[in-house]
Amino acid sequence: MLELKLEARPQPSRFWSYGSPLLALALTTALGAVLFALLGKNPVQGLLVFFWEPVKSGYALGELMVKATPLLLIALGLAVCFRSNVWNIGAEGQFIIGAVFASGMALLADRDTGRWIVPLILLAGVAGGMVWAGLTAVLRDRFNANEILVSLMLVYVADMVLNYLVYGPWKDPMGYNFPQTKTFELVTQIPRLMPGSRVSIGLLLALLGAGALWLFLFRTRAGLAQQVGGLAPAAARYAGFSSRRALWTALLVSGAAAGLAGALEVAGPIGQLTPYVPAGYGFAAIIVAFVGRLHPVAMVFSAVLLSMFYIGGELAQSRLGLPKSITGVFQGLLLFTLLACDTLINYRLRRSAGSH
Amino acid sequence: MESYALLLAATLNAGTVLAIAALGLLINEKAGVVNLGAEGMMLCAALAGFATVVHSGSDWLGFAAGMGAGALLAALFGVLVIWLNTNQYATGLALSLFGLGFSAFAGIGYVQAKLPERVQHHIPWLGDIPWLGPALFRQHPLVYATMLFCAALIWWLYRTRAGLVLRSVGESPESAHALGYPVRRIRLLAVVTGGALCGLSGAYLSVVYTPLWVEGMVAGKGWIALALTTFATWRPSRALLGAYLFGGVTMLQFHLQSVGVDVPSQWMTMLPYLATILVLALISRNPAWIRINKPASLGRPFHPGA
Repeated sequence: MLELKLEARPQPSRFWSYGSPLLALALTTALGAVLFALLGKNPVQGLLVFFWEPVKSGYALGELMVKATPLLLIALGLAVCFRSNVWNIGAEGQFIIGAVFASGMALLADRDTGRWIVPLILLAGVAGGMVWAGLTAVLRDRFNANEILVSLMLVYVADMVLNYLVYGPWKDPMGYNFPQTKTFELVTQIPRLMPGSRVSIGLLLALLGAGALWLFLFRTRAGLAQQVGGLAPAAARYAGFSSRRALWTALLVSGAAAGLAGALEVAGPIGQLTPYVPAGYGFAAIIVAFVGRLHPVAMVFSAVLLSMFYIGGELAQSRLGLPKSITGVFQGLLLFTLLACDTLINYRLRRSAGSH
Repeated sequence: MESYALLLAATLNAGTVLAIAALGLLINEKAGVVNLGAEGMMLCAALAGFATVVHSGSDWLGFAAGMGAGALLAALFGVLVIWLNTNQYATGLALSLFGLGFSAFAGIGYVQAKLPERVQHHIPWLGDIPWLGPALFRQHPLVYATMLFCAALIWWLYRTRAGLVLRSVGESPESAHALGYPVRRIRLLAVVTGGALCGLSGAYLSVVYTPLWVEGMVAGKGWIALALTTFATWRPSRALLGAYLFGGVTMLQFHLQSVGVDVPSQWMTMLPYLATILVLALISRNPAWIRINKPASLGRPFHPGA
């Protein structure tokens, strides 16, 4: 019988380390077309909604960037974590608490407040994200508690903190009893890049962040120390690199990035704190990070791709009458196919005759 | 007094959801595989079970459908992790994200759906005992089956040859392989079994415990079940007790509200998650204790024939 066998490559394939995300995207697209067909929709029309509509006009491109901004920011932080083998999967919680802190600052503004409030809002978001990620760091560092489970449990806790505030003390008294804060003062609005689009300076911050991460990872000794601990703990100890330091750096950096994303979101496109602030960016950013190979430049592209999935899902709802949650199906499929395709980096497929 | 009987009954019911999943995950972790996809498997199974009961009217078909859904997803995970050597954490995470998205997508038509009228279970004679009856003997048959299963699992793991083989595959796959055991097939079987039990737990949740279908309804119970295996230091009896403990914590919020304690509901809802963090911190504080009890090859891939 003819069967396929995996054969280890002498060294990892450079070609497939870049080819695998593209192959995964092609497979996800094909599976998506099958899914549309199964649902009785025209596959071509379905795919156009995901891959053409979000880029076909200036306004659409702007919306694409609005959603790519938080995804990229969070993914940059997660890349530091994953590169140092710290499994922070609770960025969603750090995003929420960042949004909460930023909202607390934004709610302090009144009619006489100056534009100086904007940097304070952003700093508050950063602080919120760092506090929340810091909890995971303390529990991992002092108590050896598994950071995967702790950071994830803290997402649910963060969600409840947000809900408590908008149903309780921060509820807008004039808001017809809706669980949301009052709309923030206009002065708190994150500056936009150009009229007619919702793209804000957040996009610039995210791109600057990508540049900074590139420098840190590939051009500094601290960046090297950060990653060696993840790859080879023994070598890191021998070289005098501290794993505790790497743990704290990874979590604080990713908390800061996710918190900043939360601040940009509440003081940007949303303009108030509501229970709908968490949109799953913290989880989608995990996929952004993996698809972008944890590389600052590649993650810019994967953030745009995942943003397309978000916008495609919204359009699929309004145009094709499909539930918006199709976004999650596509996200999951992409990560699954990517992991499967990554096998090709270390193994090659060989046909072998018979079993032995 | 009566309210405590109801609290105990509700605790057993809530604990059963966690216990079934935790015992399943414990089986695949004993074989050396961590499946972070528990949450996603439970969600898909909750939907599969619920939808099956809506259409067929049979709870037991619903449980079977849930088990099937869990097993199928676990098999997908298992093939990726065991044969393609993908990272166990990343693959499990992918399964959880996919399950969350897929169940929300596919379940949209079932959000308002209603199940046939639920049966009140009542063991004759025992169920009529004052206090003890309502507390212990008016549960769904799966509540008792879970306890029996736990006892059977303890016997199987520690008293049979097959159980020994399963544990050896998790402790030292190289030795098991050298002795001629098909390590990868055994691991796949363990992963699929774990998935089927997570599926049963999900179906129990949507068919018996809640009983309804809403997007994301598992609400972290899959992750709590994962934490329970660590909490239990990979022993079935402790996993069962831990599950009841967490069931109690979940139910405490309703009990406190019913006796008039005035705390915002959000703080109450946080309790199980905070409790999970707390017990993880307490149990993991001593790394040596974890190291002794943990299956030695947990999370490590195995490449045969090298």
